[in-house]
Amino acid sequence: MKFNKNLRNIFLILFATLALSACSTAKKSQTSGDVYTGSDTVEYLASGVKDRVFFATNKSSLTSASRETLRKQATYLRKNKKLNVTVEGHADERGTREFNLALGERRANAVKDYLMTYGISGKRISVISYGKERPVNSESTPLAWSQNRRSVTVKVK
Amino acid sequence: MKKIIILFFTYLILHSNLNALIKVDITRGNLDPLPIAVSPLHVESASENLESLDTKKLGLNISSIIEKNFKSTGLFNPLKREAFVQKPDIAHLKPRFEDWRLIKAQALVTGKLSVKNNKLKVEFRLWDLTASKEMIALSFTTTPSNWRRVAHIISDKIYERLTGEEGYFDTRIIYVAESGPKNQRVKKLAIMDQDGAKTKYLTLGNELVLTPRFNPSNQMVTYLSYFRNLPRVYLLDIETGKQEVVGNFPGMTFAPRFSPDGKKIIMSFAKDGNSDIFTMDLETRKVERITEHSSIDTSPSYSPDGKYICFNSDRSGLQQIYVMRSDGSNVKRITFGNGIYGTPVWSPRGDLIAFTKVRKGKFYIGVMRSDGTGERLLTENFYQEAPSWSPNGRVLVFYRETKSGAQGKGFSAKLWSIDITGYNERKIKTETDASDPSWSSLLSK
Repeated sequence: MKFNKNLRNIFLILFATLALSACSTAKKSQTSGDVYTGSDTVEYLASGVKDRVFFATNKSSLTSASRETLRKQATYLRKNKKLNVTVEGHADERGTREFNLALGERRANAVKDYLMTYGISGKRISVISYGKERPVNSESTPLAWSQNRRSVTVKVK
Repeated sequence: MKKIIILFFTYLILHSNLNALIKVDITRGNLDPLPIAVSPLHVESASENLESLDTKKLGLNISSIIEKNFKSTGLFNPLKREAFVQKPDIAHLKPRFEDWRLIKAQALVTGKLSVKNNKLKVEFRLWDLTASKEMIALSFTTTPSNWRRVAHIISDKIYERLTGEEGYFDTRIIYVAESGPKNQRVKKLAIMDQDGAKTKYLTLGNELVLTPRFNPSNQMVTYLSYFRNLPRVYLLDIETGKQEVVGNFPGMTFAPRFSPDGKKIIMSFAKDGNSDIFTMDLETRKVERITEHSSIDTSPSYSPDGKYICFNSDRSGLQQIYVMRSDGSNVKRITFGNGIYGTPVWSPRGDLIAFTKVRKGKFYIGVMRSDGTGERLLTENFYQEAPSWSPNGRVLVFYRETKSGAQGKGFSAKLWSIDITGYNERKIKTETDASDPSWSSLLSK
């Protein structure tokens, strides 16, 4: 009987551990590869039009989710012909400063190029790289870094 | 800057002894620093007191700076003054060697100074206590406000005499002074003496500034500024404060450095997602393309003879270090180790390249030969990068950032130095947080 009780306790602990680790996986799944897929830091250009897309470490390629966001931005820009935008390119803090400046520029241009393929004139889009200088999440964690590897489309006032 | 160089060297080498017995070996780590006694400089009683300067304390202040400089090398062990047995003026005339040997000193610095007619005259001697001989004797005359520089120049002369290497104390460091929260850092250009004294801010912090670097004569600085939200390479005259954009590029220019003759600025220019390396001649304004590759090419640095350029590029897929001729030909990859490599900087001696390496989430500062062989990692940390050489090629200064918690809590950026032996890692005191250091050449050369 006592042995059974012990066994039951062990199972309970095991179950609790499993449940906990399931929780932490749920949190981790805010990134895919190491591209941020959550929406904690995301702001909107207009209703339903996200202002930013996220990148993998050292990469500037657009994920399918990013392309979807950018198509919505393009639609919005087509509807608002007088609106000009600046695309800000950013990097996480895990690279050297100068290389990050170049990487941010490359990311911002990847976004600009994509918007242009959807009919937005390059003249309406300026780019600027901030490298690692302007993190959106200042914490030193893989999640924060994934939120910082981003391009943000900002309206020019 | 020029006005501080009104420093008259009256080389009074009385009888320099070339067969001294004591010598400091700086090619290895400092396992046994040389015990040295720095007797406070004797202040002559006829010295005038100045409004801005307490002349009476000057002797002690100068010797304190010399002691601090020596201690910072890790090669010398300055002894406590309380143990000194002889009065400064008498010791300066002729030390009783046995008395100084008794406190285990192997070298002794003595000196005297006077201030008359607004001129500071300083004289010092270095004594080899083992051989009971004078090793060097020099005197200088300068304006009294230059007293700190006199202390640094004396330190350099002694360092040179004891190590056989050029000193690096009469130098300055330009860097970026940081303040404010991590996601909205305010950054200013700042300049200070090598020992952290005399900090001066050169910009107000209204715009983001990064990566300042001296020209060979230390009068100009090239850096990146986000003035009007247009990141461009700028040129600043430290003396006049005059600033100008370098070149007329239709996009971001960054990662600037001077050529060793000071005539050109080499930098990256980013356009349409591609960064390549360019130079601009400061006199003719002629712009030259050095690399043409679809990858990111940045962080260029010339060899001291100006014939080669090292830089980092991700043309292989990941950031690695390359060397090419200064016209852009003959590009060769030199790093093949595990990890990514960046910020190569050629040593002023020409033999080594210092770099940042990132591997398995750790950042290293290292050195290797200019062909990529003989890699030595000097220090490992959570985040550190951007090494800059002391003018004698013996010490590196770099910056280090701490890991931060939520909302950037606990974040800091500081300057550090380390010998190329991997010993003697030190934090450099700065008034604010600091990054992107660049070491000047010797000011009094």
